Amino acid sequence: MTSPISRGFRGHRPDAGTAAKLPPGQYETHDFPVLSAGPTPHTPLARWDFTLGGMNGQAAKWSWAEFEALPHETITRDIHCVTKWSKFDTVWNGVSIDTIIEAGAAKGIEAAPFIMAVCDGGYTTNLPLADVTGGKAWLAAGFDGKPLPAEHGGPVRLLVPHLYFWKSAKWVREIHFHDHDEPGFWEGLGYHMRGDPWKEQRYTGDA
Amino acid sequence: MEESAAAASPSGASSSGASSSAPSSAPSSARPIAWRIATVAQIVPETPRVRTLVLDVPDWPGHRAGQHVDVRLTADDGYQTERSYSIASPPEEARIALTVERLENGEVSSYLVDELRVGDSLELRGPIGGHFAWSVKDGGPVMWVGGGSGIVPLMAMLRHRAAASDEQRRAIPARLLYSSRSWSELIYRDELARLAAADPTLQVAHTITREPPPGWSGYRRRIDAAMLAERAWPVSSRPHLFVCGPTPLVETVAEGLVALGFDPQSVRTERFGPTGI
Repeated sequence: MTSPISRGFRGHRPDAGTAAKLPPGQYETHDFPVLSAGPTPHTPLARWDFTLGGMNGQAAKWSWAEFEALPHETITRDIHCVTKWSKFDTVWNGVSIDTIIEAGAAKGIEAAPFIMAVCDGGYTTNLPLADVTGGKAWLAAGFDGKPLPAEHGGPVRLLVPHLYFWKSAKWVREIHFHDHDEPGFWEGLGYHMRGDPWKEQRYTGDA
Repeated sequence: MEESAAAASPSGASSSGASSSAPSSAPSSARPIAWRIATVAQIVPETPRVRTLVLDVPDWPGHRAGQHVDVRLTADDGYQTERSYSIASPPEEARIALTVERLENGEVSSYLVDELRVGDSLELRGPIGGHFAWSVKDGGPVMWVGGGSGIVPLMAMLRHRAAASDEQRRAIPARLLYSSRSWSELIYRDELARLAAADPTLQVAHTITREPPPGWSGYRRRIDAAMLAERAWPVSSRPHLFVCGPTPLVETVAEGLVALGFDPQSVRTERFGPTGI
């Protein structure tokens, strides 16, 4: 279907450099909007831990101190929210999922082709393993040189910047391996299973 | 600076209901949500910065109160941009109403509020979002807390409830706590007064944070824990809780409700606000 011309609409054209960095249907924002489906959880670090669960029923756990001791890296990436905003060159600090999976393997956790991230507050999101390995995803604990604020997912959120940002689950506490892809929270409410912004995979049924 | 008369939906965020409340989906086989060309049938001024667009949408599949649509604008050279807007009309109405607030330098909102006329076409798709939604069959009691144009998805729920039978309404007592900056910026002021006057099972309370009208005896401060404690249902009644507005309001209200003892999973939020520049 050809879109009708919106009579009298001019729009705010991004410059060519910005336009090249914007996936279809997105616009650039400079602040950092907060979107959540419920109240912000506040888990004290003393009670925080992170679990990696394998197909074999085994689980590895890291306390906050153990998580902090894992090698961290600084990541600068553009992020894209399905509600249409994109934010360029955001700077994060965190632990690569590759590192977590390696450390998990050393503890007997077998990987599988899909993962489900589970968060404080009950949020879940599903991802193919291929989208979180090979330097594409992190457990992020820092933003802009500071600890990640709770409203943005602190103490630790998933960071998967090449997919729409609902995949970068706030307040993540567990990752479980699965042999098949199952919808998480938003994916069960009409949002796309994978969510590639460059293919504009916003909702169920989008290409 | 942008948009959303109460956008909706996910970011890397969320909670509530979680996997247990998510209905099963049929991901890859489902049909895409189609773009439709709506026609502006009527325009209703609401406040100096807000108006309602009443749209004829061909083959509208129906929606639940609280859901939103994506709107896409196309310039004559092919440039396109999209935004999300909450639906203000209840499922009972054939036409779709979007209530839009003009934001400072808002690329889409300024067009929708200042330029769009009756008879123009508007491309949209939806309905979108299944979490921040409520139906009479979900029961009550219900408490809505809104700020500014965050009233829009809540109004769809109020209107949906108002369309139910007297008997159904009596079984779903409802309360609205609504924060506005000034009397003149109070969206749906007359309709809210009419609904409350006609319905003893609906309580509407306003707080006017900046410029209360002369003689105003209601709240005149931002929503805080004390105000929530006065207006909320008892925790034991297990109400449905919906909170929509700018992020600081939603954070305060959601945390305040949890502090009062409500189950965090029962608090549904939708945050929006100007984003950018």
